[in-house]
Amino acid sequence: MSGFDKVVNSYEEALAGLEDGMTIIAGGFGLCGIPENLIAQIKRLGSKNLTVVSNNCGVDDFGLGILLVDKQIKKMISSYVGENALFEQQLLAGELEVELTPQGTLAEKMRAGGAGIPAFYTATGYGTPVADGKEVREFNGRNYILEESITGDFAIVKGWKADRYGNVVYRDTAQNFNPMAATAGKITVVEVEEIVEPGELKPSEIHTPGIYVDRLIQGTFEKRIEQRTVRKG
Amino acid sequence: MALSREQMAMRVARELKDGYYVNLGIGIPTLVANYVPEGMEVMLQSENGLLGMGTFPTEDEVDADMINAGKQTVTAVTGASIFSSAESFAMIRGGHVDLTVLGAFEVDQQGNIASWMIPGKLIKGMGGAMDLVAGADNIIVTMTHASKHGESKLLEECSLPLTGAGCIKKVLTDLAYLEIEDGAFILKERAPGVSVEEIVAKTAGKLIVPDHVPEMEFEPVIPV
Repeated sequence: MSGFDKVVNSYEEALAGLEDGMTIIAGGFGLCGIPENLIAQIKRLGSKNLTVVSNNCGVDDFGLGILLVDKQIKKMISSYVGENALFEQQLLAGELEVELTPQGTLAEKMRAGGAGIPAFYTATGYGTPVADGKEVREFNGRNYILEESITGDFAIVKGWKADRYGNVVYRDTAQNFNPMAATAGKITVVEVEEIVEPGELKPSEIHTPGIYVDRLIQGTFEKRIEQRTVRKG
Repeated sequence: MALSREQMAMRVARELKDGYYVNLGIGIPTLVANYVPEGMEVMLQSENGLLGMGTFPTEDEVDADMINAGKQTVTAVTGASIFSSAESFAMIRGGHVDLTVLGAFEVDQQGNIASWMIPGKLIKGMGGAMDLVAGADNIIVTMTHASKHGESKLLEECSLPLTGAGCIKKVLTDLAYLEIEDGAFILKERAPGVSVEEIVAKTAGKLIVPDHVPEMEFEPVIPV
């Protein structure tokens, strides 16, 4: 690896340095656009006491759900965790902590974290249990709550294509939380379907500029569908 | 007769205007998409990052990278755009969505809404609902007027934890269309064949009944 070349050749190398107790920010919405091979590597590493920041926690046997099997996650920061029986079990048994966060606030916490903004005011959640213990301030006659931003020791991201310099393009709605996650990791690891040479992607169409990306790896993806809904052709 | 889910969706569709950007929640709100009047253009916003949501795909078109906020496979219409979750909620929080339609467990006369959490039952999370109600000016809540056990869902004060405070101004139930103003529900329309007395009996919150309460109409409002 030299200069701006971010490519690593193994998933071991991609997540080298991941330790127990770290905070991991993960891209993805449901099972769409999740860094599935990086998650599988965390399972292989067996890291424990992790705090995971992700909109959802996968399903029982796929996505972040597989980290629940060996109780690797201590705390989950998510907006919706309803698709997962094991999650429910561990939550009720007190083995897992969850911080439910409104989806837009979660996205903004990651964005602000990556942009060097420690906190921001939002009307979202004012007057609800989400506001408990948070500072309230009035602007132009409306009440807002102060939300602190999030950064992680690692960010794990799924892109579609990237060049060797780590300039990433996402595909369709698999973009979701990935661009914000990519900015918010001390070490940001991106896995993509295809790595191309610098110059092959149009500079103005890059979603995540390479400056945010520390390690890049090409993988193969199952891309499981959570709700297959079709119409007659 | 209480309205069917389809009739509720048809009534909500009368609130659509040509050129509207609309976010539809899960359940009855989703059905509204089926009643967009001929000749009217409406863009559906899906909060996972899609503006211009289309129909479900055909078997050949199914793509794991194209889903809606309900995690269902979808398509995009011509002229759609796709973006990040932060961008999506900037649109929502910033008040750029023209109409938001969502379900609820309870609404009260102060415009408070409870829709995400029943204490003692499993809490799955609020998803994007708190952002949607905080960011939108024009929100229609769709729900049944009373529970299966006959308990009113239009209350003096919500009994469940809130999704948003003081943000709801329009409610469509299976019995009536109501607006919330100055700490009271105002009965604007009643479902065909439903009496004012029945609505009064099933509304626990303060209800103002004007002298004339017209029956609801379902014909689409066609743009000229």
